[in-house]
Amino acid sequence: MDWPHTIVDREAWHQAAERLRSTEWSLLGLWGEPGVAHMAVMQAGQCALLSLACEENRFPSIGRLHAPAIRLERAMRDLYGLEAEGSPDARPWLRHESPYPFLPVEGESLHQIPVGPVHAGIIEPGHFRFTANGETIVRLEQRLGYVHKGIESLMAGASLEGAAKLACRVSGDSSVAFALAFAQAVESALGVEVPARAVWLRALAAELERLANHFGDIGAVCNDAAFALLHAHFGLLREHVLRAAGACFGHRLMMDGVIPGGLQRDLPADGERVLLELLALARKRFPELVEVYDDTASLKDRTVDAGILSPVLAQQFAAGGYVGRASGRKFDARRTPGYAPYDQLQFEIPVVQAGDVNARVWIRIQEVGQSLGILEQILRQLPSGPVCEPVARHAGEGLALVEGFRGDVLAWVRIGDDGRVERCHLRDPSWFQWPLLEAAIEGNIVADFPLCNKSFNCSYSGHDL
Amino acid sequence: MRRLLFKSLVQGPLTEAAPAADDAAVAQLAAQVTAEARKRLGRTLAIREVDAGSCNGCELEIHALSNVLYDLERFGLRFVASPRHADVLLVTGPVTANMRQALERTYAATPGPKWVVAVGDCARNGGIFAGSPACVGGVGKVLPVDLHIPGCPPDPTALLKGLLALLESSAGRSQA
Ligand code: SF4
Repeated sequence: MDWPHTIVDREAWHQAAERLRSTEWSLLGLWGEPGVAHMAVMQAGQCALLSLACEENRFPSIGRLHAPAIRLERAMRDLYGLEAEGSPDARPWLRHESPYPFLPVEGESLHQIPVGPVHAGIIEPGHFRFTANGETIVRLEQRLGYVHKGIESLMAGASLEGAAKLACRVSGDSSVAFALAFAQAVESALGVEVPARAVWLRALAAELERLANHFGDIGAVCNDAAFALLHAHFGLLREHVLRAAGACFGHRLMMDGVIPGGLQRDLPADGERVLLELLALARKRFPELVEVYDDTASLKDRTVDAGILSPVLAQQFAAGGYVGRASGRKFDARRTPGYAPYDQLQFEIPVVQAGDVNARVWIRIQEVGQSLGILEQILRQLPSGPVCEPVARHAGEGLALVEGFRGDVLAWVRIGDDGRVERCHLRDPSWFQWPLLEAAIEGNIVADFPLCNKSFNCSYSGHDL
Repeated sequence: MRRLLFKSLVQGPLTEAAPAADDAAVAQLAAQVTAEARKRLGRTLAIREVDAGSCNGCELEIHALSNVLYDLERFGLRFVASPRHADVLLVTGPVTANMRQALERTYAATPGPKWVVAVGDCARNGGIFAGSPACVGGVGKVLPVDLHIPGCPPDPTALLKGLLALLESSAGRSQA
């Protein structure tokens, strides 16, 4: 995909912040490298990249005018020493070397509950500091960065093959989405034409990943509302998807299947049969489970009206995925800016306004139906031919935006003359969703936090890099 | 819902047969589990999972152990919410610098006798993240590791084999 890349001065950078504040533009990403700040924005359905040389490692803060940028700027300082001038929050974010000053809390009858980084369940680590008045949450403050692995520093200098493997492991639940975003960015940088069959099979893998996560998470939300029956049934469906994925792509989470240029390998001989069986099973079982979800008052009692995210905030933060679509933001990278083969596939983008836990579950239920339809269309139209095109080794720069199950994943890569990665930035959708969880939980009871948290299901690893 | 429940009456169980314990893991463990520990634990182990910097891939497969097809609890293995209730720490990830202290504290909070099982390639030596200045590089750099289950991530069957080996050695059955 060709995106305009403009080298801007401080004035134009500042104007961009104004446009973001007025929601004329939406922020897709903000990141750094030594001495340079980069910003990706979406303007009227088009993506654009702006870069600013940072004299003395300083740049005008975007976060000062547009809050969604604040954590990104804190990360830029931690990783590259870039100072956001005028930033409202200059605390470190991904680096944890010094004691962390949490926000001060003032008021009567308030108490604090610190949770994590090690949680009670089998989930990723992060710290949540609740300020509560009795049972009611007055404020949640998140502290993340515990699983910061230094992925960008490992990317710098990596071979394309090595970098593709790393991309799969930015957030293990979205390995296809990240590998695809990375591959598309590389292909755009090097002008690679991916064979048609690979394009279609990549979409197939991406939809399987979406299905597996939606099944698992819908069940997990039900479990957090003490409805274990649905958790067991959805867990079974998820397992069937993972087994089919393992049979078709040689890895249950489909890691290392998508590579720059195409795919590591073609489907095995019985691949299509395995997938058709999976689809038949899901078509049969899924509606029964949805009916139970819909007809169970004790479940609805927990999910309706819990953790409401307002459409205004979803819009301001350009929240992707079901978090945005459950709060009225109709955005899906498969459509806008869009990429092949989705331009040749029929599917709807479900959207509702309610913004509560139930809405987020409901969007995911609808998306399962859409993904099943997409998979059936792919299997009917799958072109034949090779699945990989050799990738030339030369310098280039590319960007890509891909719809993962959680929302839009942004990838930017610059390749050097030696054909190795010079710099790469992968932006998980969670960057713009985590802060919204802080807002959505306000006024809810502490006991509803796990449920609300699960309904967002933000990535820690994807965010912490 | 009635339909769903009725179906379960006529359907057979979904849970699959257990895999055999991993021989290599049994051998690795045999030496480490003392007779004393065996006596105290019997045939059950409480597991506390700790993500020390994983990509979350390993957690997804650990989760799968609890689905109806693998049904981990039938073996007397169960996940607990606190290290204070745990016999085993199941640790994933390359141990990030930012998680090191939390991991050490979790270990300190676990009563003995206790075992550490490192899960996944990154937990062995940092795996794909080895060499990053943000990672310590493997669980063994921070805690004494009793068993390593390889894979990126190990699939549920591999995890189950490893854990069964641990169970067998803690119950003294690997000696037979
Ligand atoms: S071993 Fe692989 S799957 Fe497990 S945490 Fe490490 S990178 Fe992720």
